[in-house]
Amino acid sequence: MSGSGASTGTLRSRVLVIAERRLPALTRLRALESLPIRLHRRRIYVLPSAFGVGFAILLGVMQLGALNYANNPAMLLTCLLAAAAWMSLFVGFRSLADLELVSVSASACHAGDLAQVSCRFATSPRARPNLRLRWNGIDSAFALAADTAGKHMVSLPTERRGWFRPGRLRLWTDQPLGLFVIWSWLNPDVAILVYPAAETSAPPFPKGSQGQAERASAADGDEFSGLRDYRSGDPQRRIAWKASARHESLLVRETERLVDDDLHFDHTALAGLDGEARIRRLTAWILAAEVARRSYTLELPDQRFGPGVGDSHRHACLRALALMPDAA
Amino acid sequence: MRLDDRQFNLVAASALIAVAAHLPRLPLWLAATLVLIAPWRMWSRRRTAKPISAWLRVPLVIVLVSAIIVSYGNIFGREPGSALACGLLMLKLLESEKVRDARAALGFAAFVMMSALLFTQTMGFTVLVCLSLILLLASLNALQPAPIERRHRLASELRIGAALLGLGLPLAIAAFVFVPRLSSPLWGSPDAFADARTGLSDRMSPGSMTELLIDDSPALRVQFEGEVPPSAARYFRALVLWDFDGSSWVREDWLSPQTPESVQTTGAETRYEITLEPTNRPWLVSLDVPLQAPENTRMTRDRTLYARNRVDQLRQYRVRSVLRYRLGASIEPRERERALHLPEGFNPRTLALARQWRSERRDDAAVMKAALDLFDARFTYTLSPPLLGRNSVDDFLFDTRAGYCEHFSSAFVVLMRSAGIPARVVTGYQGGWWNALGNYLLVRQSDAHAWSEVWLEGRGWVRVDPTAAVNPARIEAGATATRSGQAWYSGSWLLEIRNRLDVINNLWTRTIVQFNALRQKSLLQPLGIGNAEQRDLLLTLSIMLATILIVATIWVMRSGRSQGGDSLDAAWRTLRRRLANRGLPERADEGPLDYLKRIKQSWRADPVLPVLEELVQRYVELRYSRGSVEVADIQAFARRIREFEPPRAVKTNRNRAT
Repeated sequence: MSGSGASTGTLRSRVLVIAERRLPALTRLRALESLPIRLHRRRIYVLPSAFGVGFAILLGVMQLGALNYANNPAMLLTCLLAAAAWMSLFVGFRSLADLELVSVSASACHAGDLAQVSCRFATSPRARPNLRLRWNGIDSAFALAADTAGKHMVSLPTERRGWFRPGRLRLWTDQPLGLFVIWSWLNPDVAILVYPAAETSAPPFPKGSQGQAERASAADGDEFSGLRDYRSGDPQRRIAWKASARHESLLVRETERLVDDDLHFDHTALAGLDGEARIRRLTAWILAAEVARRSYTLELPDQRFGPGVGDSHRHACLRALALMPDAA
Repeated sequence: MRLDDRQFNLVAASALIAVAAHLPRLPLWLAATLVLIAPWRMWSRRRTAKPISAWLRVPLVIVLVSAIIVSYGNIFGREPGSALACGLLMLKLLESEKVRDARAALGFAAFVMMSALLFTQTMGFTVLVCLSLILLLASLNALQPAPIERRHRLASELRIGAALLGLGLPLAIAAFVFVPRLSSPLWGSPDAFADARTGLSDRMSPGSMTELLIDDSPALRVQFEGEVPPSAARYFRALVLWDFDGSSWVREDWLSPQTPESVQTTGAETRYEITLEPTNRPWLVSLDVPLQAPENTRMTRDRTLYARNRVDQLRQYRVRSVLRYRLGASIEPRERERALHLPEGFNPRTLALARQWRSERRDDAAVMKAALDLFDARFTYTLSPPLLGRNSVDDFLFDTRAGYCEHFSSAFVVLMRSAGIPARVVTGYQGGWWNALGNYLLVRQSDAHAWSEVWLEGRGWVRVDPTAAVNPARIEAGATATRSGQAWYSGSWLLEIRNRLDVINNLWTRTIVQFNALRQKSLLQPLGIGNAEQRDLLLTLSIMLATILIVATIWVMRSGRSQGGDSLDAAWRTLRRRLANRGLPERADEGPLDYLKRIKQSWRADPVLPVLEELVQRYVELRYSRGSVEVADIQAFARRIREFEPPRAVKTNRNRAT
């Protein structure tokens, strides 16, 4: 054996692999589960923690001492402490049993950012003062109060664009004394869309090609419903005064500006770059165009989006970019 | 993660309580230092987040160990061992900065608490130590991360600690009763930790009994088989002191094997069982005068009992005594000489007085009467007598004239010997408090007494109690009657309460402290196993543990079978179930309001109908309103549901309506 640490590590993982293969019903590690997931008692596991083992040894020593000196009060104390420690298992079990994960949702993020994943748990009459969650190597602690809808946000790091499947998560607790670790594996069927990362110092927008503007204005005509709330910095001439008069706040005509100049982002035009770099640049341009609130069109090899601007357009474009097949 | 102040303070408080259980036994300097460490560290942690460096901690451990060696002369043994454990626990606090350290400190605190019980096993102390486990468990709970900021955290932590202790009680009791006791210790000897009080001493000098006479702890308990002798006849004989060296009465040869002095009974036998508190001395106590030595004891020539080993644990023995007797029909010349011996050059005035009496009166009885008459109104009975000089008897008889039983009996015996009458001092206990509830006699250390015996031709050794001549109340009503000028806290009312509470103490001692391998063997007798082996006990223990664990598991599983939803749903279910029990189950196609409508038709003008209507409306409001609902509202609603009492049955309502 070269290194004991490495060998135990591989042994452990091998045992896990065997367990997953042989006892899928027991471990439930592999199969995806559809939400909501309720933690049935049969899928909750308990083992003493390291502290629990140490505490048991201490109790054994105390018991032996009390027995040896035939000292019944000391024996009584030891028995009480041992019984309380043992009962803490049941209390801890109760704080995990019947927990119900209702939904998992996440707002989209860019690769490399932290995905803010929100887990919602069903209301239950039982308070769960201390729960831990380990998901993709990220530990977090949270608590659920009784009779209130519980929500817990986890920040998961993302690496690649596309569908991010955080995989199985471990819900655990060592309530109330830290003597026992009580845990359950959940493998919710969750996929989070991860937008491509944006190129950090992208070059300015490409020059828009002719003929796009007319098409854009025609499209704008259809979209005249685009009134939006006034933001500081909007020029006064764009304020739709008549519409604003009937409304609580100032409204701004959205469409007017789109006609000005239309941007055209073409995937195939970026021949000098490799696939991922192209996607990163297009992403950077889209974000920049959104910031500048300029209309843009995204041209992909087999798809075309826009022209347009706004959240839904941006999402459609970024989603298409995120889901583009790998160039290699 | 560094412990926050709250967590640290709780851990420190637990450690402090564990050390407090040892405090009375620790030397003052150590006790004061240890008690101050915890608050000091609490304070200093608040000022700076810097941990205490090992450069300070390691020397402190060395200082502690060497200070204990200097103070006790040893590091092993129970006293220095417990002092060391307390010291190390407090020093552990200095390095407890992480959850891991804090947990180790708490585990060690539990050990220190347990070791305190090796010294003191009274019920009150044991209960206190067991209750302090609540704090220990609460501290362990406080070490858990708390993602939500909550109010009343300490209360909830203490509640968890108490709940765990309460839940564990059946398990603990089963384990306590059925874990097989060892019939012999694995190491050391069990008496190393005996909780012995200093009882009667085999040396008596003026003032030596004072400490005993103000000690209210129990000395022995007596259960009589027949009639209970009156207080004035309850003389418990422990030691006979023969030899006077001018200042103290001693006996040196109490182990010499000789046939006991003869006893001629003139009254009925008294049979009784004595439970003697540990004294760490070999002598036993029996009613004056015992007829036979119980098992494993011997009887001395002057009819006192002693055990083969020191009484280092509670000891029970049965004795037969006779209260009216004639003791020692004849006296050997050697004994007579010893009973007349007085040291040269002591107490000349007493000697002169006795010789004068002897020359005036021939009769022994007359001399005795003269001596008892001497103890008249000029003498006072007091527990705080003035100090006596070299000629202690002279000083007492002619100058101070104040003292207690010790002084009186000593002076009387010296007078008798001076007059040529063989006499000796007997010490023991007198009186006691009859506990009607527990049906036993409680004798406290403060009932210690000393009296005299004189040998008269034809009558043998006759008991004479000179104290009774001065203070008859001491003999008639017991030792407490003589204590009027004491402080309020040792007043008689308090003693009265303590006397009554002694029933519980006695029960505690008999059932818990004295529970041993022998008693455990007879535990399974109701099941038909007369002499339970370890195997049987372990089997019973396993069965009981399994039963308890199954019950606990069912408790957890039941909660797992809940029908889901929150407390509001549960409350609503309760209401529906109650109504269904009254013959009005909800139909699947009904909402709450339709359901209410149907109930209205069925109940018509029932007086509880408006209440129900309000409850249903409230449920709808809470369940379906858009605004956020406070938890307190739901709880209040659930409480009202519980209090709601639907009419007995639909049928009676109809009758009422018509």
